[in-house]
Amino acid sequence: MNQTDNAVKASLFVTCIIDQFFPEVGEAAVRVLRRLGVDVEFDQSQTCCGQPAFNNGFWNDAKPTARRLVDSYEGEGNVVVPSGSCAAMLRVFYNELFHDEQDTLRRAQALAPRVFEFTEFVYDVLGAENREGLFHATKPMRVTYHESCHLKRELGVDLQPRSLIQSLPGVELVEMPQAEVCCGFGGTFSVKYADISAAMLNDKIANIQSANVDAVVAGDMSCLMHIGGGLEKQEAGIRAIHIAQLLDERI
Amino acid sequence: MQSHTKDFRQGAGAALSDPKIQANLEGLYNGFHQARIDASDQTPDWEALQDKGRAIKAHTLDNLAYYLEMVERNVIASGGHIYFAKDAEAASNYVVNLAKERGIELVIKGKSMVSEEMALNHRLEEEGIEPVETDLGEYIVQLAEETPFHIIAPAIHKSRVEVSELFVEKLNVPMYDNIEDLTREARDQLRQKFVDAGMGITGANFIVAETGTVTLVTNEGNGRMCTSMPKIHVAITGMEKVVPSIEDLGLFLRLLIRSATGQRISSYVTTVTGPRGEDEVDGPEEFHLVIVDNGRSKMLADPNLREALYCLRCGACLNACPVYRKVGGHAYGWVYPGPIGAIVSPMLTNLSEAKDLPFASTLCGACKEACPVKINIPRMLLYLRKELTQGETYPEHKSVSMAESTAVKGWRASVSSSFMMRLSNLGGRLLQLPFVRGGRIDRLPSPLSGWTKHRKFPAIASKPFRTRWKNIGKK
Repeated sequence: MNQTDNAVKASLFVTCIIDQFFPEVGEAAVRVLRRLGVDVEFDQSQTCCGQPAFNNGFWNDAKPTARRLVDSYEGEGNVVVPSGSCAAMLRVFYNELFHDEQDTLRRAQALAPRVFEFTEFVYDVLGAENREGLFHATKPMRVTYHESCHLKRELGVDLQPRSLIQSLPGVELVEMPQAEVCCGFGGTFSVKYADISAAMLNDKIANIQSANVDAVVAGDMSCLMHIGGGLEKQEAGIRAIHIAQLLDERI
Repeated sequence: MQSHTKDFRQGAGAALSDPKIQANLEGLYNGFHQARIDASDQTPDWEALQDKGRAIKAHTLDNLAYYLEMVERNVIASGGHIYFAKDAEAASNYVVNLAKERGIELVIKGKSMVSEEMALNHRLEEEGIEPVETDLGEYIVQLAEETPFHIIAPAIHKSRVEVSELFVEKLNVPMYDNIEDLTREARDQLRQKFVDAGMGITGANFIVAETGTVTLVTNEGNGRMCTSMPKIHVAITGMEKVVPSIEDLGLFLRLLIRSATGQRISSYVTTVTGPRGEDEVDGPEEFHLVIVDNGRSKMLADPNLREALYCLRCGACLNACPVYRKVGGHAYGWVYPGPIGAIVSPMLTNLSEAKDLPFASTLCGACKEACPVKINIPRMLLYLRKELTQGETYPEHKSVSMAESTAVKGWRASVSSSFMMRLSNLGGRLLQLPFVRGGRIDRLPSPLSGWTKHRKFPAIASKPFRTRWKNIGKK
């Protein structure tokens, strides 16, 4: 693919969970962005945004990796994150983490407006849904959309992913009951309070099943790891896929 | 109330394995929760009202001493008495001494969460004074010798059949099969109590500083009867309940009632200013206002927690919370359950004993979204987690296990560079070898066994994204 000098550039912060567990989702995101004409970069020094430690109260342990992330994306250019939760960490929660570290806070705040969650970037910046002939039809598919909590409530993103799904030929978006209710993952919550988490997950799975779909789509691999893990355990025959994969299959 | 916050896990487990409680909790989402959403959607400029309410709460708490002195002056000017109680015990002592001085043997009570903090019923009973709850939910809870399950719906964990069975057992009445008969029975039981009681004790949803007026929001009328039938009315409430003016009250009534039940106005809104005047026909001969601190000063003094005192006690965050909707109110182990309770209960009791409460949340943010005054509950939960882990403002409550600290140190090392990520990828793949079947892990040892009981876990990828990156699109 030819990249012109004035192509939109974006650096992918792939997130540690995709890097380590779901690299195919990162690949799908890259292919979609490139197909949309984006010159995608990947900074090999990236690791984790610090959220696992931060959410558990270990702010001092979260700081070095978070600080390094702020350093590495210093300057200009868009940063695209295929996760609502990690994007929210960068945009929202670094304000808390670095509240007592003025210089890093200032630089984190300069970075925040350049950080885009994947569907925000694809929909709001690139306007993918309006591009004629971009997506091609594959086998008809019924999907439902799970609203990842941080994506919806910390970043306010709910229109973008739904519109993208609806713009796909052959894909039918079926709303499930309680789509906006947490799946029960919550990071270490799902380990520390595994039974409460499982009760929430079982409700989520029942709601997904009630929509009679082929797949549940979301914008966050942590939720999808949880939901998908539950669907597989129950042998429900419903896939849990990242929206980047859904787009990639049709682009 | 005695705190059982350290038993959160057992309480949660008990609720999860109780099908009756699960069935009763299931109604919250389409009930109170949806009613609040509808009510706020139908209110023009709801968000502007929220912002205004929040600003008034912030202003009032920033100037709390000023407004409490104003309350004091105006309660006294209207002929009432006022007592500032530094803790639950002082508040209970005031009420008990007053009742004993007046020779009172029977007290009727309207709904009051602060009186639960004080375990006032227990204390009155110890002193030989009979307290009778008159809010239907509280009456049921009192008969069952339990504590409230929900801030505004104390007996929501009990079905109609369970209440009927309770009435049969405790009141020696026939089994009723509809709510109307049950309610009538409760009314009949309570009627004579209202007539005989020498003292009525209520809470207060708001105290209006400029007039010294106490406001009650109820749907049953029992609250109003508690303020007007006995010769003495004692209102007990937390010091954060003060609002500056009557005009502000109008705003807060809209925010509270719509968020609590979805009603535009409750069946009763009662305002009480002092005892009965010489030219008035209704009202008690004596009016006492007990304003309780009981640990609130500690939250007031902490800029990271002050906004927890903005709470109107509407219960919207409980209804919105997917964790509360699973574990219910008793698991939280003290007076205030749910998301706001996970902040208030630890701060008013003992933070480190209550350490499960701030952690037992997915930080999903549904509570913040539901709150009529936009209290940022997840932010405060994160702050309390940091305090429990790092102990900066409350070092005496630092409470973190060696195992977890060690695990976090390991995580910290593994994400310290790209090289370390590759190394831990390799290490992780070696460790997972015995567990992986077809790219998935079906069963893991403790502490991950709870996870894999209900979900498969993905295997660590043989080639992480950082290795695959340069080959994307080259196939």
